Amino acid sequence: MSDVAVQHGVATGVYEPSLFGTYSKKIGMWLFLLSDSLTFGALLFAYSYGRISTPNWPTPFHSESIRNATLMTAFLLTSSLTMVLAVRAAVFGNAKAQRWWLLATMACGTAFVILHGREWSKLIAEGLTLPMFPAVPGHEAAAEYKNVAETVPQFPATFFGLTGMHMLHVTLGVVYLGIVALRKKFIPILLGLWLVAWLATPAYSPFHYGAHLLLLTAVVAGIVLWLRPKVYDSADVEVAGLYWHFVDLVWMFIFPLVYLMSTRIIRS
Amino acid sequence: MNDATQFALEQRVAEQHRHHGKAQFFWVWGALLVMTGFEVYLGYQNMEPVRMLSILMGLSLLKAGLIIAYFMHMKFELSRMKWLTMSSLLVCLSLMCIFFPDAYRIIHLGVK
Repeated sequence: MSDVAVQHGVATGVYEPSLFGTYSKKIGMWLFLLSDSLTFGALLFAYSYGRISTPNWPTPFHSESIRNATLMTAFLLTSSLTMVLAVRAAVFGNAKAQRWWLLATMACGTAFVILHGREWSKLIAEGLTLPMFPAVPGHEAAAEYKNVAETVPQFPATFFGLTGMHMLHVTLGVVYLGIVALRKKFIPILLGLWLVAWLATPAYSPFHYGAHLLLLTAVVAGIVLWLRPKVYDSADVEVAGLYWHFVDLVWMFIFPLVYLMSTRIIRS
Repeated sequence: MNDATQFALEQRVAEQHRHHGKAQFFWVWGALLVMTGFEVYLGYQNMEPVRMLSILMGLSLLKAGLIIAYFMHMKFELSRMKWLTMSSLLVCLSLMCIFFPDAYRIIHLGVK
């Protein structure tokens, strides 16, 4: 069969059609997502393992945290809707609508990261922290959270590891969509965001150093756009959409497993 | 890939999308939000953990299925693409379950 295909290609200049009926960029992204799902799978299984093997697993999330996480979930789900509408606009060749839907998706993703960052900062200030995070000056740790961090260190370790990895993916997703939507124009915006994130966060916050990720992505995006400047077509938007939906999909497992299964219920 | 093949593939993608109305995306989004609301309601029901975990993971799988099928367009891919990607993912993730008996051993038998 391969001989026939090769001869056919030589004779007419037409390659054998894709085995999977789609273009290679999309197959490449699916392969990346499959490998990435194993990364998140390992983290989720590690969290579950810790929970099963640890008696008295803490349930520290009060209604405020659950409300915040529910709002974050709503933002991510809405971002998936705007993303799929961006792909649809791209396929129909409506560049203006495509750009606006992509920007809406980025806005929802940014809202998710900000809400998540606030949640992290609140938990760290109250004592649910990791040894690597600096202490928050002038803030008394709540006995409840401090106790959790000391007696069940697996909880903050797996919680920050899992949600931190997801937050990293969402941040990179926002940058990815920004490059697809605005191309070179996004680089100065990204540098501005880096400066704001770096200067607006206090020195003891993990986000103060985490903000440098934005600088790194600006450098990488600048190199990519300089080496291969192009107008992104509908296939590029669809491939970016696959990544974004994957990030949303992973959160559908993190939210119930980490937050809802650790809800503190207070009966009056 | 040459221009003719690229063009044919793009046409196929465009054709797929033309068959989707916008409405179905809004329906899926609404269903995902409703299921999330139900999950949050369950979170406050003080159920037995194993039962609650089973329901929550069942709903999460359903939500993941909707996202993959409609938002990621897997429903409209060739069946060999669907089977190869989804079955390999399920097998790899299922293999990770091999660690769970050890977690039970620790909690029931203690660390020897």
